[in-house]
Amino acid sequence: MGWFKRLKDGIQTATKYKKEAPDGLWYKCNGCGEASTMKELRENFYKCPKCNYHVRIGSYDYFDLLFDGKYSELFGDLYSKDFLNFSDLKPYTERLEEAYRKTELMDALSVAVGRIRKRSLVIAAMDFSFIGGSMGSVVGEKISLSIDYCLEHQTPLMIISKSGGARMMESAFSLMQMAKTSAKLTLLAKAGIPYFSFLTDPTTGGVTASFAMLGDINFAEPQALIGFAGPRVIKETIKKDLPDGFQTSEFLLEHGFLDFIVDRKDLKETVGDLLYFFN
Amino acid sequence: MVFLDFEQPLEKLYEQLEKIKQVGEEGEVDVEPMIKELENLIRNKRKEIYSNLTGWQKVQLSRHPERPYTLFYIRNMCKKFQELHGDRCFKDDKAIVGGLANLDGQNVVILGHQKGVNTKMRQYRNFGMANPEGYRKALRLMKLAERFNLPIVCLIDTPGAFPGLEAEERGQAEAIARNLFEMAQLKVPVVCVVIGEGASGGAIGIGLGDRVYMLENTWYSVISPESCSSILWRSWDYKEQAAEALKLTADHMYEFGLIDGIIREPLGGAHTAPEEMAKLLKRQIKKALSELMEMSPEDRIDARINKYASMGVFERAIESVDEEDDQGA
Ligand SMILES: [Zn+2]
Repeated sequence: MGWFKRLKDGIQTATKYKKEAPDGLWYKCNGCGEASTMKELRENFYKCPKCNYHVRIGSYDYFDLLFDGKYSELFGDLYSKDFLNFSDLKPYTERLEEAYRKTELMDALSVAVGRIRKRSLVIAAMDFSFIGGSMGSVVGEKISLSIDYCLEHQTPLMIISKSGGARMMESAFSLMQMAKTSAKLTLLAKAGIPYFSFLTDPTTGGVTASFAMLGDINFAEPQALIGFAGPRVIKETIKKDLPDGFQTSEFLLEHGFLDFIVDRKDLKETVGDLLYFFN
Repeated sequence: MVFLDFEQPLEKLYEQLEKIKQVGEEGEVDVEPMIKELENLIRNKRKEIYSNLTGWQKVQLSRHPERPYTLFYIRNMCKKFQELHGDRCFKDDKAIVGGLANLDGQNVVILGHQKGVNTKMRQYRNFGMANPEGYRKALRLMKLAERFNLPIVCLIDTPGAFPGLEAEERGQAEAIARNLFEMAQLKVPVVCVVIGEGASGGAIGIGLGDRVYMLENTWYSVISPESCSSILWRSWDYKEQAAEALKLTADHMYEFGLIDGIIREPLGGAHTAPEEMAKLLKRQIKKALSELMEMSPEDRIDARINKYASMGVFERAIESVDEEDDQGA
């Protein structure tokens, strides 16, 4: 019983409990090391008031930031099953339990439908705090269901990626989510429904190599780590130090893989404009 | 002959066989009965070893240095083959090869990862690890096939997409993602076969098809057992455990419904009888193609997308809780 009930309750948990944004009185910046008050940080869209470092936030923080007031969550009752009975130093079930406890989230992606400047939009947003934002069957299925919803309601889709890649504990099932999400996205393209892919820190591995790179518009937060292989793996392969700014949003923009970069304070307006352009 | 660690008992028997044959050549004794007996022993030992391989042992077999690679299969299966080079953007990636071929009267586009057969060629082929231009070459060939209504065959054999600096600059992730997106909508039949290693995005980057098969002693996983060990066990020493935990063998993949079938290998692995393996491979590809060519392009695309859409195992809390309530728990 235990966590079934908790999960069920979790679905009704008010979003204020599910935020990844830091709490406390003070925030010490990961970018510049300077301290600011939580109030200052919050009022500045969870960016450092001193250096503009974009603090990692969660799916519900983005929903609050983007939607005009109220929104409804979709497919919130899906959760992972340890089908492979996977265990490394820890059983997968234990990792899941820990993630539920720590994050109050059901999995690494939440979906909601709401309005931005009166136009409706489905947003599927990832949470890095849930097993590194990894994509397993639940993430893939929620994206697939979101696409079905968008097709049925003729609503644009925005996916906010924030992930270390595919979830190893689901082995080939997680690998197949790359094929599943990419294949389903072709249905949106055929129906002429726009898909906006918003990449945030970090977006790597199988997530980048599937839906995150497939937006009609690909855009990112400043200074986000975006890549296929992780920097450590690349360093070990080429046995050289990586150049400054390698695999940042700015690097990807320069190499032609992003349409633009947007500061978080301008995000809502930008997405509103995209909805306007693709109306 | 190269023997893997778990084949040591076989190596000993082969050594004995060689010695006896030498004695026979000296002509003093009739060694025929002894040779027969040893050959029998070898056959039985091989059956015994191969009837019960672990995940890690299959990984080892998939990497056997004498294992046949893509170009061997193409040349063995196809009467004619014209290799086509280059992605038309940047360069010709040697880790993915492909071209026009004729498979018993049926023209096809066939492509796959290519590993090198000796030290020099392994470098040249970058160990079967493609850069973005490899995936883009593959896509160019697949679009060519679509334009001229030729079925597509993809042979998968890679330890992963190359994790290099230039690969990132040129958009490794975008290249793989684009292939998945485009392959889902190809109007012609697509048959994919894992012939060796099926590691992660590098494998699936040419691996989305109407039918996906695996040779018996191959593996398919989101990560190699070594990398999985290093990340989850925080040490390189748990590759055997990782291989078991990942359930990466053809048997597992078929049981999970993630592939459409297993192509049996000759006893002892594909490398012990490469021509026979090529025949078995060709038979399955032809069978799949003839089934797929019966379907309309629209039906094929629908079935392809639905197949992938159904992949995944998860639970739904509300349904589960309701069920519990129904039972009065
Ligand atoms: Zn700062």
